[in-house]
Amino acid sequence: MSSTPRTLLDKIWDAHVVCTPPGELPLLYVDRHLVHEVTSPQAFEGLRLAGRRVRRPDATFATPDHNIPTTDRRLPIADPISKQQIDTLRNNCLEFGVRLFDLGDADQGIVHVIGPELGITQPGMTIVCGDSHTATHGALGALAFGIGTSEVEHVLATQTLRQAKPKSLELRVEGSLHPGVTAKDLVLYLIGKLSTEGGTGHVIEYTGPCIRRLGMEERMTVCNMSIEAGARAGMIAPDQITFDYLRGRDYAPRNFDRAVAEWERLPGDPGAVFDRVEIFQGGDVVPQVTWGTNPAQVVGIDATVPDPTAFGDPNERESGSRALDYMGLKGGTKIVDIPLDRVFIGSCTNSRIEDLRAAASVVRGYRVAPTVHAMVVPGSGRVKRQAEQEGLDRVFRDAGFEWREAGCSMCLGMNPDTLTPGQRCASTSNRNFEGRQGKGGRTHLVSPAMAAAAAVTGHFTDIRHWLYR
Amino acid sequence: MQSFVTHTGIVASLDRANVDTDQIIPKQFLKRIERTGFGQFLFFDWRFLPDGAPNPDFELNRPIVAGASVLLARRNFGCGSSREHAPWALADYGFKVVIAPTFADIFFNNCFQNGMVPIRLPEADVEELFRRTRAAEAAGGPYRLHVDLPSCNVSDDAGFSRSFTVDPFRKRCLLEGLDDIGLSLQHVDKIAAWEAAHAALAGE
Repeated sequence: MSSTPRTLLDKIWDAHVVCTPPGELPLLYVDRHLVHEVTSPQAFEGLRLAGRRVRRPDATFATPDHNIPTTDRRLPIADPISKQQIDTLRNNCLEFGVRLFDLGDADQGIVHVIGPELGITQPGMTIVCGDSHTATHGALGALAFGIGTSEVEHVLATQTLRQAKPKSLELRVEGSLHPGVTAKDLVLYLIGKLSTEGGTGHVIEYTGPCIRRLGMEERMTVCNMSIEAGARAGMIAPDQITFDYLRGRDYAPRNFDRAVAEWERLPGDPGAVFDRVEIFQGGDVVPQVTWGTNPAQVVGIDATVPDPTAFGDPNERESGSRALDYMGLKGGTKIVDIPLDRVFIGSCTNSRIEDLRAAASVVRGYRVAPTVHAMVVPGSGRVKRQAEQEGLDRVFRDAGFEWREAGCSMCLGMNPDTLTPGQRCASTSNRNFEGRQGKGGRTHLVSPAMAAAAAVTGHFTDIRHWLYR
Repeated sequence: MQSFVTHTGIVASLDRANVDTDQIIPKQFLKRIERTGFGQFLFFDWRFLPDGAPNPDFELNRPIVAGASVLLARRNFGCGSSREHAPWALADYGFKVVIAPTFADIFFNNCFQNGMVPIRLPEADVEELFRRTRAAEAAGGPYRLHVDLPSCNVSDDAGFSRSFTVDPFRKRCLLEGLDDIGLSLQHVDKIAAWEAAHAALAGE
């Protein structure tokens, strides 16, 4: 064992390299493989055609989430192609012996919500999924990243992945966040500073006192959006908050204290060197709102829509102008003056119980503006039941929100939950790409509290001045 | 996997940065359970007008780039979702090569799995290729590039010649059209040994 100080990434990486055959990329062992209906059918079909089996069905977990209705689950799925994809996942899991949290299963939900919730996600693990927001699981001190369908097939067959070691990027956040400023605002702010490709080729480790103060679910929000800065993975070293979160969960290690003793050795050694370090101040962050068509096109709630013609970089100038055109906005417009048609609270970024609590506390005692159609889509069946036990569903329903079943829903609009052309949406999801929530739809990314406030007032509103009832 | 050795083809330029995979293949087309047939949906929301007719303003719809197999784009091509449907759509449409200053990581990896070569060139070289494409088209003909994978070189008939880098393993897989799962399964004894060592550690 080398005595060179190692980062969290180094330690997980070193522990998982199976071999590096001469002239080949290293084979990295995969501890947990999460599977959903959209990026897996072709992979299972590949196995079948080659006569291969799933090497570790016990380390593979599946759930339908992207393409499912969030309305009454007792009704048949209306779209025959969606139904076929969901049936295909069910049949594949049956054929290959993979545990499926199916529609109707009490633990079904967005794959990145149920992984941590069930304790499937654990510190020090390598975790992959055919989905770019797999970075979420890094919040628990795992190395977790999204892969393509060919790689899904490779992992199913070999339980390994061909990977070159990524570079490491430390994002240190000093200080703390002001009241009303959330993990979502922090990560949007960081993406705005880094750009959508600032993290390309890197794994981000979020460090510093501001990060350490974040709760487990807030950490998931931060790591979730690492890919929006181009980083395939984001991670946070495990600590007591992580261990307290995992203790007692269904798939947590049986000998938990011994596991904790192992996990306590994961954080980076003093003097471990990152390939790159960037330092930010938590106190600089205000509630964020995206104005454009990528998550780095973001400003504070107290700002105005920027004028892209003033941008120095020609690419940014061109893409900013194109974005304003698509978004139907003009430079100089105050963010708080932007009116909204829709509000979506949900997605693997912001659909956990703390997100719903934050949104409900804003909404309590208010009504959704008559011009706004608002919906809440819990991240999992468990989150939904917990919220209902706490009466949050009534707060939302009484205010005029729709209260839905768990799934990805309008984050990507693969199911019937979509924007119509020109509709403007305050969304707690992770991508504001053109057409992401529906062709011609205009997405503004915000925190759950900011989305809730916008639903009530009908336009963006600075949550720092909200009158809670 | 389909092999790639050399290729000569018409260049289609897409003068945009941050082209995300949601644009390359919109989500409404991800419900299919096959790997094939995605080319018809490539850049769907840009390529077609609301009534379904081709959008005459979209770069790929210009007659001069009909049959293009080399796509030229700006920074951070393929950002966003991990959907391999994006390279499937590009390959099925006929693209063999994508050239950009930078690519998103997952998209970049996914290309190699589909016999397609993503080529990173310095921004100034990409700018030069945009200039040469415009000049050739202004002169009435499409612009063509040659890609030679064994020597990792991209060139035209008018003096442009640049080398690019490809990971040696990815290069070998492309040249030989290797099944990388089959290749990895050659190391199954090492995988099993890793599992045995870690099961012992975990006391399972």
